[in-house]
Amino acid sequence: MNVPVTRRNAVLGITAAAASLATPSILRAQSAGRIVVVGGGFGGAACARALKRAGADLQVTLIEPNKVFTSCPFSNEVIAGLRKMETQHFGYGKLAAEGIAVVAQAATTIDTQKRSVTTADGTAFAYDRLVLSPGIDFHVEALPGYDEAASEKMPHAWKAGAQTLLLRKQLEAMEDGGTVAIAIPANPSRCPPAPYERASLIAHYLKTNKPRSKVLILDAKDNFSQQRLFEKAWKELYGDMIERIALSQGGRVTSVDPATMTIVTEFGNYTPDVANVIPPQRAGRVAEIAGAADATGWCPIDPVSFESKLAPNIHVIGDACLGGGIPKSASAASGQGKACAAAIVALLAGRTPEPPRLTGICYNIVAPGYGFSLAGNYQPKGDIFAEVEGGATSPLEAPRELRVREAAEAERWFEAITAECFG
Amino acid sequence: MAALINVPAKARRGDVIEIRALTSHIMETGFRHTVDGKLVPRDIITSFTCRYNGAEIFRADLFPAIAANPYLSFFTVAKESGKLEFEWIGDNGYSSTASASITVE
Repeated sequence: MNVPVTRRNAVLGITAAAASLATPSILRAQSAGRIVVVGGGFGGAACARALKRAGADLQVTLIEPNKVFTSCPFSNEVIAGLRKMETQHFGYGKLAAEGIAVVAQAATTIDTQKRSVTTADGTAFAYDRLVLSPGIDFHVEALPGYDEAASEKMPHAWKAGAQTLLLRKQLEAMEDGGTVAIAIPANPSRCPPAPYERASLIAHYLKTNKPRSKVLILDAKDNFSQQRLFEKAWKELYGDMIERIALSQGGRVTSVDPATMTIVTEFGNYTPDVANVIPPQRAGRVAEIAGAADATGWCPIDPVSFESKLAPNIHVIGDACLGGGIPKSASAASGQGKACAAAIVALLAGRTPEPPRLTGICYNIVAPGYGFSLAGNYQPKGDIFAEVEGGATSPLEAPRELRVREAAEAERWFEAITAECFG
Repeated sequence: MAALINVPAKARRGDVIEIRALTSHIMETGFRHTVDGKLVPRDIITSFTCRYNGAEIFRADLFPAIAANPYLSFFTVAKESGKLEFEWIGDNGYSSTASASITVE
């Protein structure tokens, strides 16, 4: 792995996978195995790569309908006009060159008895072990009025790509003096601090271009990750430009009406000029197809091996799994992908997987040159991952110098994780 | 923050309407201790009442297990135009009221 060692990623939780790479002769699969990975995001790409590198004789297939991956991390910068969309795009060429069979198709059916995945074009892929890394889908029933058509008027921009650009376009078209509303769902959801980073960067765009405008956060939560750091930065940088209505102030969104651009909360109606509606979420659809999702819509797993508690020979990683204390993030997904690969190698060799130690790192950029972070360590405890000591959050009181440095570190983290997964 | 009330402004006679009420309150249980071992005294809302044109249509007793900022949602039948009045009563002489109008056609 050619990951540049920075202060942050030096502690990245890749212990399990790193151990397997350091001692390939011991951990290399005793017999060849067929592994299919569904989903080519940070989790799936990291897992496929780690598997192939741990055992050249393993047959690794990565099934992902998109030919190009679009990264959610740093897409808030695209929305704010600070970054070009092209810098969010990553291909699978390097993975294919390493001997991973990359299939640009959607997985449509999974037969857990025959251990076979079928793609949209009708091809069947047999597996010994299946890894699902399907990310998220939206719980449309949980937000009346919000469907695919609504997302064209009230973009979620919670899966990076066309939605990211649509929200950008709407912000550009909005007149000075307008209101941008951001509807935030309750947890569990993808990247819990990201809506607040988005609010910050949208405020930055408005402050520099449309200074009479406002950001209105309608929140289904009372408290959120790194709240004090965010609120301090908002006051410092944006004055009263960002208004937040929390759960206990009636901020939970209960329905939307795209025809009238209305957002309905438990205690009021809002008609903003731009509506960024982030709906409640669940595991990506393929998890349900495989029978790996429970009534919550997410996938319970054994945190040591990432094996599904509901479907045999299936492992679930990334946003889709119920990880307990680990926030759903790119960093967690890639760490889980590598740890899952190590577990699969052990299982194929008839050994018991070692409990992994994972680290999640999350950077937030609230303005150019102003960043802070949260790093946490996690280990299996019962059915979930529990946070263990060694985590760190940026200090609340800090010289601006540190915020500048952390913003630069965030960029290096992004370069490192994308190089590790796709480069 | 004052109480939050959500009552439909208009309804047809006989409609079943949802009423929502939320008030900011610490709801201190009376079971917690400070770091130096002193008991944090109980401070909760003990009672909530809703009256529709003077007649009580909903009442709830609240206890220490109820979380901060109690949020109540209940239903009634829209019978006539008029006023809905809400009252919260609690420890240490706490009292708070709110009201909302409804037009029934």
